[in-house]
Amino acid sequence: MTTAVAVAEERHSYLDAPYGIAAWLLTKDHKRIAMLYLISITVFFAVGGLFAAGVRLELLTPKGDFVTPDVYNKLFTLHGIVMIFFFLIPSIPATLGNFLIPIMCGTKDLAFPRINLLSWYLYVIGGLLAVGVIAGGGVDTGWTFYTPYSTTASTTNVALTGMAAFIAGFSSILTGFNFIVTVHRMRAPGLTWFRLPLFVWAHYATSLVMILGTPVIAITLTLMMAERTLGLAVFDPKIGGDPVLFQHLFWFYSHPAVYIMILPGMGVISEMVAAVSRKQVFGYSFVAFSSLAIAILGFLVWGHHLFVSSQSIYAGMVFSIITMLVAVPSAVKTFNWAATMYKGSVTWESPTYWVIGFMGLFLIGGLTGLFLATLGLDIHLTDTYFVVAHFHYIMVGGAIMAFLGGIHFWWPKMTGKMYPDAMGKVTAILVFVGFNLTFFPQFVLGYMGMPRRYHSYPEEWQVLNVLSTAGAGVLGLGYTLTFCYLVWSLFKGKTAPANPWGAKGLEWETSSPPPTFNFDADPVVTEPAYNYKPAQEVHVG
Amino acid sequence: MADASHLHAHGHPSTPLGAGAAHAEHHPRQQHHFYSMDQQLEASILGMWIFLVTEIMFFGGLFMAYIVYRTAYPDAWAAGSNHLNVLMGGINTLVLICSSVTMALAVRCAQIGSRRGQVVNLILTILFGTVFLVVKYFEYAEKFEHHLVPGPHFDPALPAQQQIFFALYFIMTGIHAAHMVVGIVLMLIILGMAWKGRFGPDYYGPIEVSGLYWHFVDIVWIFLFPLLYLLGAHLGH
Amino acid sequence: MQTPIPLFPPNASSVATEMDLLYLFIVAVCGFFTILVTAMVVYFAIKYKRRHPDDVGEDIHGSLALELTWTIIPFILSLVMFVWGASLFYRLAKPPADAMDIFVVGKQWMWKVQHPEGVREINELHVPAGRNVRITLGSEDVLHDYSIPAFRVKMDAVPGKWTTMWFKATVPGVYHIFCAEYCGTKHSGMIGQVTVMTPQDYEIWLSGGRSSGSAVENGERLFAELACITCHKTDSSGRGPTLIGIFGSKVPLADGREVTADENYLRESIMDSQAKVVKGYQPIMPAFQGRVSEEHLLQLVAYIKTLKKK
Repeated sequence: MTTAVAVAEERHSYLDAPYGIAAWLLTKDHKRIAMLYLISITVFFAVGGLFAAGVRLELLTPKGDFVTPDVYNKLFTLHGIVMIFFFLIPSIPATLGNFLIPIMCGTKDLAFPRINLLSWYLYVIGGLLAVGVIAGGGVDTGWTFYTPYSTTASTTNVALTGMAAFIAGFSSILTGFNFIVTVHRMRAPGLTWFRLPLFVWAHYATSLVMILGTPVIAITLTLMMAERTLGLAVFDPKIGGDPVLFQHLFWFYSHPAVYIMILPGMGVISEMVAAVSRKQVFGYSFVAFSSLAIAILGFLVWGHHLFVSSQSIYAGMVFSIITMLVAVPSAVKTFNWAATMYKGSVTWESPTYWVIGFMGLFLIGGLTGLFLATLGLDIHLTDTYFVVAHFHYIMVGGAIMAFLGGIHFWWPKMTGKMYPDAMGKVTAILVFVGFNLTFFPQFVLGYMGMPRRYHSYPEEWQVLNVLSTAGAGVLGLGYTLTFCYLVWSLFKGKTAPANPWGAKGLEWETSSPPPTFNFDADPVVTEPAYNYKPAQEVHVG
Repeated sequence: MADASHLHAHGHPSTPLGAGAAHAEHHPRQQHHFYSMDQQLEASILGMWIFLVTEIMFFGGLFMAYIVYRTAYPDAWAAGSNHLNVLMGGINTLVLICSSVTMALAVRCAQIGSRRGQVVNLILTILFGTVFLVVKYFEYAEKFEHHLVPGPHFDPALPAQQQIFFALYFIMTGIHAAHMVVGIVLMLIILGMAWKGRFGPDYYGPIEVSGLYWHFVDIVWIFLFPLLYLLGAHLGH
Repeated sequence: MQTPIPLFPPNASSVATEMDLLYLFIVAVCGFFTILVTAMVVYFAIKYKRRHPDDVGEDIHGSLALELTWTIIPFILSLVMFVWGASLFYRLAKPPADAMDIFVVGKQWMWKVQHPEGVREINELHVPAGRNVRITLGSEDVLHDYSIPAFRVKMDAVPGKWTTMWFKATVPGVYHIFCAEYCGTKHSGMIGQVTVMTPQDYEIWLSGGRSSGSAVENGERLFAELACITCHKTDSSGRGPTLIGIFGSKVPLADGREVTADENYLRESIMDSQAKVVKGYQPIMPAFQGRVSEEHLLQLVAYIKTLKKK
């Protein structure tokens, strides 16, 4: 132990060798690319958060008196576009996934390091186009770009936004394809599929969705851009086009996209719950297969976004029952995580708070999907704030809580620094409370009938809206504090040991931060994942 | 450090210990994170197949739109198809098939180490691809002349839904042509590498995966041609 | 149901109670599982709190019995939700045969309502209580959605076709109407109110309202003005098929298909006449896209529906 520490002090990690800006901007090291992504997605998270603040400020009062209707429409549109395409879709895969997958597979890098770097540059280019859209007056179609409003009626930067999302999507495809080839072809000797950490299974399933789904949004956006800029109209009802066809094509990707956003988070939680309980994940193969089941079934349910669109009622029934099916694997995972904690040795350090917070919020988010999957009830609830509350519970309460939990959990590994654990607990609680205060009232507003994308509303709904905005303030505070102490820790945090949590996993058997080629010696794997045995003691450090 | 009993230096021939020691057995084209040329080749081929799957999904969206509208407006589709130039489309089909043959030969020549064979076949492939694009240019020009471009100049005597047919025609063949351009650029790069004698029986990954891409673009055309050009009872104008 | 903070919209239609019960059922199921699992997780975190820094958990891998239990039970519960929901959905999709018609056209950013008897409204809707009402929805420009939370119903208004929804209002009163599909600048201003009246009050209101002719009368006038009669005669001697008895009949098309002549078929044949050419006829009917509004279309179709065989 002491020998390892002494060696670490002399040795360089991936962070400081090779040195210089060019060495970072032209890196092929998956860990550096992960850090580049982390910085850029944080910037976009802040931008998307500011748009959300604008929306919630307007909704403090029933009348539209904070901004004009057009500005409000741009605020919610840009909030959705930035948060989905430039924050959530890349978030865990491009940061934690990029960083950890080669290490968890026991290898030196992903299969295609240069393509990994290309994916970051494509993301940046897409992001710059998005900034161009914002600077150029924004876009007001809603992130869903429904025709014919987006193709004929909107007077904003629709085509440029389509281009930005198209390019960001290509970045996503490259990430997914890199992960798949890595997992298939580059696992260390002895590392069979069923010895892989569940984080890898989750990302493998996510990557399947990325490569199969993203091209469809690419072509859908292309068709929209072609109609808008070249007059090659395919959805225009005046010449016999069908606006609902756009919705089918759009949701064929955008529904699986939500699984791109949550599956990696589920992978994070699997790792964290095992580590904080120091116990094998309960039902490992069930959790692994449930990721695949979600990825596959997720492609078969897109029509549940079209129940009142004039879609055939029989198609609606098929989509509804398959949607019920896709809920089951998520339920299976949740029960397995809870069972993992049974007779575990559960630490009360900050990662546990993030895990428990995730479980509560993800439960509500996932379960409220059932309301919307239920056909008759969806007629009343669709296009209301109930939907807004549902998807924020999963995407923010679930995915972002998992992302931040994972950032906290692997922070020592990635940066070599410890953050103040007490702060990690405080912000987990702040985020949990703030989140519930923001979004729970929206379920009530939705059942009352408050439609989405409204900037003015009947007076009787003001109390609930004020509660929601207050919650958003608390949530924003939680995120801002998190950012502050994590950055602080880079300069003033304690040096992290190789294994601060006493967890099992290949990433904990290399130094914090790891060397450029990840391991001093190529790993050979001889045991299953999460092999916590009382006989073999674990040491923190 | 935690239990390290299952970590030990492994006798892989090209594994650097620490910061990358060079090994004599290392093929100059082997990248640092692969432990053998075989692994590198397999990874590249799997990667290209996955990329082609994404391309299938990309074109798939277009084929879906095509199917939906053809089912709704079969007459307009047949009538629209009759306006297309089957001769030019047919020539392009032959040209692309030939280019796939020369492409396959180029890969074969790389695998057996024939530098001359690679270069000749790659040049032919690029030529065929260029012929395709030139014919396409003339085809598009003809559409402009005959007022078949959707929008304000579309022939008002024709039913409105034919505009959707032509919109899809331009988008599908246009995106295909864009893929051809990318393919030609790719082949020029491969030609440069082949000219320098880079490929041989021990290293032909790049030309093989580029060949896969080229064949795929060809196959997309094989689907586009009958679906766009060969509908309707009459072939001709 | 009165609660300190309102949790439900007014219960003002025949399906509201069932919708609310279905909702409460799912709330109960979801609430149960949320509390169960969250409590379990918190309880485990407390009961199995790590005592010594080097402690690990027990070596437990899984249990097939548990996996099956917590797969099958949630699936069965979701099936119950599915069946109940699909049944309600099906009933909401099929307007009863005796429903009275009202036509609603959405355009940026207002709702134009037309009662068949001729009364028109903008953003308001008057309906009698206790009668089935079928709304035929159209749009003149982009997607809209006619949403009445108190009745628990909504339906998208899709440009290029007509959609329908139905309800039976039960309690007289005034309730919100919202546009529930984003449609641009004044999307949140595209609101109105539905006034449910007793049947007697409704009759009085109808007869007192400003009327510009019933829908059928207007349709008949348009039929003549647009010269439809030139080709669509009362017998088969015209250049186009006769429209007597056409509504609801099966129509053979030139391409071999056979379609049922419903409202959307009639609408499409007027707007986009080449889409479905009738067998045995030349494709010479002009398309009226851009020459006739959604409201006129509704009137024309209302008239054509009255053309029955003697």
